[in-house]
Amino acid sequence: MKKKVIAVALMFSAWLLLYFNLERCTDLFVYSILRLHKESPLTSAVYFFIYEVPKVLLLLTLIVFVVGIIRSYFSPERTRKMLGGKKLFAGNVLASLLGIVTPFCSCSAIPLFLGFVESGIPLGVTFSFLIAAPMINEVALVLLFGLFGWQTALLYMSTGLLIAMVSGYIIGRLRLERFVEEWVYAVKVSPVEFVEEKISFSSRIDLGRDAVKEIVGKVWLYILAGIAVGAGVHGYVPENFMASLMGKSAWWSVPVSVLIGIPMYSNAAGIIPIVQALLEKGASLGTVLAFMMSVIGLSLPETIILKKVLKLPLIFIFVGIVGTGIIIVGYLFNFLY
Amino acid sequence: MTTIKILGSGCSKCKTLNAKVLELVARNNLPVTVEKVEDLMEIMKYGILSTPGLVINGKVKSAGAVPKDEQILAWIIEG
Repeated sequence: MKKKVIAVALMFSAWLLLYFNLERCTDLFVYSILRLHKESPLTSAVYFFIYEVPKVLLLLTLIVFVVGIIRSYFSPERTRKMLGGKKLFAGNVLASLLGIVTPFCSCSAIPLFLGFVESGIPLGVTFSFLIAAPMINEVALVLLFGLFGWQTALLYMSTGLLIAMVSGYIIGRLRLERFVEEWVYAVKVSPVEFVEEKISFSSRIDLGRDAVKEIVGKVWLYILAGIAVGAGVHGYVPENFMASLMGKSAWWSVPVSVLIGIPMYSNAAGIIPIVQALLEKGASLGTVLAFMMSVIGLSLPETIILKKVLKLPLIFIFVGIVGTGIIIVGYLFNFLY
Repeated sequence: MTTIKILGSGCSKCKTLNAKVLELVARNNLPVTVEKVEDLMEIMKYGILSTPGLVINGKVKSAGAVPKDEQILAWIIEG
């Protein structure tokens, strides 16, 4: 265990060293080694790429590791226990918050939905969880933080939570249980009483490391691609190109962005660097945030999966309410910024 | 004869677990039957909240993750 702690400490020191010298290293590489001219678009693009890739990857590795350890304290089973018996409003708030920290993969959406609903957790509370979990994931937050700063990341997280809580609450109030496929309520399963094995902290470190291997291993290529596109836009697209399409004056840009985003599904890693490029070229923050939320949070593949347990009207209502919430958030931020 | 069921439908972790278990059984020549359960209703009966699920001799041993080889072997030997 001591060895592990030392290893982690060493790696963290290396991380700090790398992270806080990125600008210097990039300057060195782009201007001295590659000898690129300061004012050319190519230099702009290359600088952007060389600077952002290690920065984002470093941030991602750190956060995924930390979140991996935090997540080892949570499990869907514990979340279900915590949500049991909570009434609608408190349940929505708790479910949304837990959605952030509970490990969730979209393939587990159905077993989780079934398990929650059958153990008596209200439909609206379950939905709050299902909205928050995919939308507010650590990859998205890290990327937002790395590319735009902590304010944007916090904004995304709080508005995402708000949408999850309110949408779930509304769905609960509308009493939409009749749109859940009957067989879901017919099967009465006694919840598996998981023997909660005590995990040593050493194992938690392993889990953090596994999470890094798994997640960074899965998304690094998307990040590279996304940043490459971002670099291209950064260097070559004229300053206000996006202003006419996604800028403030185009009032319809928010709903249109959301509508375009719904059938699109991308993991956060790929879409955010592109989002950054759009912002730089004049797209307004609200429109871009709305676009991002609808791409990540409302996915066509997920709704197709949910079709197995939910009837069509409920799926439409779900997409409609969340979509509307996202649109409102979009307008709000266009207005504020 | 120990029976192992792997509960999951199509996600990559489920395939990984399936392959891992089959390989462990073959490599160690264990008297175990391995079955992959992909039907949602069947999976639900075990009450797991995330896939993949590992069921050994009717008892759910893990859900949502791919356990380490040593752990799986230990569970099999336990019976």
